[in-house]
Amino acid sequence: MVYILLFRWEGNLSGKVWPEMKEKLIRLVSKNAKLTNAQLAAMLAVSEEEVATCIAELEREGVIRGYHALVDADRAGMETVTALIELKVAPKLDLGFEDIARKIMTFPEVEAVYLMSGGFDLAVTVTASNFKEVALFVSHRLAPMDSVLSTATHFLLRKYKEEGVCFIDGDEDDRRSVSF
Amino acid sequence: MNYESFLSARAKELKPSGIRKFFDIAEQMEGVISLGVGEPDFKTPYTIRDAAIRSLEVGKTRYTSNWGTLELRREIANYMNRRFGLEYSPETDIMVTVGGSEGIDAAIRAIVGPGDDVLIPEPCFVCYDPIVRLAGGNPVTIDTRAEDNFRLTASALEERITPNTKLLILPYPNNPTGAIMRQEDLEAVAEVILRHNLLVLSDEIYAEMTYGGPNHVSIASIPGMKERTVIVNGFSKAYSMTGWRLGFLCGPEPLLSVMIKIHQYAIMSAPTTSQYAAVEALRRCDDKIHEMVAEYNMRRRLVVDGFRKMGLDCFEPEGAFYIFPSIQSTGLTSEEFCEKLLHAQKVALVPGTAFGACGEGYVRVSYCYSIDHLLEAMRRIGLFLDSLKG
Repeated sequence: MVYILLFRWEGNLSGKVWPEMKEKLIRLVSKNAKLTNAQLAAMLAVSEEEVATCIAELEREGVIRGYHALVDADRAGMETVTALIELKVAPKLDLGFEDIARKIMTFPEVEAVYLMSGGFDLAVTVTASNFKEVALFVSHRLAPMDSVLSTATHFLLRKYKEEGVCFIDGDEDDRRSVSF
Repeated sequence: MNYESFLSARAKELKPSGIRKFFDIAEQMEGVISLGVGEPDFKTPYTIRDAAIRSLEVGKTRYTSNWGTLELRREIANYMNRRFGLEYSPETDIMVTVGGSEGIDAAIRAIVGPGDDVLIPEPCFVCYDPIVRLAGGNPVTIDTRAEDNFRLTASALEERITPNTKLLILPYPNNPTGAIMRQEDLEAVAEVILRHNLLVLSDEIYAEMTYGGPNHVSIASIPGMKERTVIVNGFSKAYSMTGWRLGFLCGPEPLLSVMIKIHQYAIMSAPTTSQYAAVEALRRCDDKIHEMVAEYNMRRRLVVDGFRKMGLDCFEPEGAFYIFPSIQSTGLTSEEFCEKLLHAQKVALVPGTAFGACGEGYVRVSYCYSIDHLLEAMRRIGLFLDSLKG
């Protein structure tokens, strides 16, 4: 289990919008949200207080959206099914895709909603306890919505890597334990 | 059969690594978490791997020139110039070797013979002493101390010079201490070297790994020193290419022309695939080095801070990727500390004595590991230290 952190990407991170320290801090905690303020302070050569202030600020500003564990549900033996659903949507005057995206995100089954470029408009990630539930969700909830023109459902079969973390075996450290 | 009588006396006399047994235990023990490696955890940047694959696809699989490909030597010359302000001719002053290690071997064998004294500042990497002995030379150690930031001082150097002294090995940035030599330290040492007419073999394999100060300065850049310095460097540490076995020597042509003879008879030429990969590394991977060094630097601060908070004195390392904390406060010897730690908490460190007698009282901690790995190892070391107090 690996802890990661969710935050809202806003503006560029190349240094103008965020001071350098904030940027480094975001990089560190988005890889590992379990690091203590003392550890972060040591790594960044700043004080614990500065780290605490900076994190509080990032939370208040809504940059840091939350903290959760990155779980491999298969290893946990959890019987769940995840699908990526492509939606083609008719945009509305003045609202574009905003209206439909906001409606879709209110369903508790929906994990993620992204506006996409390319061959379709919205990508929706849904997790349910079996294939049928996902299919029913698409046919009963998404497809009938006014502006939805078409759906394509892709079931996720195996996770190799997520959030930058490897989910499969075979990527272990192959160095000897001691060398000069 | 009595093999003893067949084996060379010099080879037999080489010190067996006294801690070999300890390492074997560490290697075989289940669930060991090691901070014992001397190589990067990063994979070789993929563009470098890709360049190697491309060279294989078009069948670049033959010997190269004994010196290494001219293309690579030109890139090395550019690199030495842009990084350290040093001018070397790709035709005559640069030789590509099988890792830095073979470069050290060829350089020492070309210079050292029976009766020659070779100065070796300790603690240091383990190969200089045995290679000097195999060449019939006499290793003369110079102890460096935490009070001097493990730097080589002019006075310590001067003290150990004899009429037979020919060569100084200068291993900075240093494995295992993480010490570096600044410009002014090098100037002081150079003055002694010039006065006593010595040669220097400067092992700069960790040159890219310096932190929180100016970049690495080579002793060859000190006035008067280039003509008496052979630099050994390579790709293993800077580009995470340990397994590719590729290094190089830079130095005056009259010295290299003898080193190349040894290389030619012993090695023929460095691995061809690795040479093609190395060209890509030197041409396009400076930013990869910077990314890796920035990551090492954060780990370095985390680990130094962690050991200090555990109550161990820890000299501030400014180079390589090791820290060298003192364990004298525990009352244990380096080897006792490492053995007890391995058995009690299954953490593998390297005793300071593996790098010379004056490493007694210290342990080498490598931070070539992920943050999670480092934190878990430090947690266990903390428990071990608590148990010693209890």
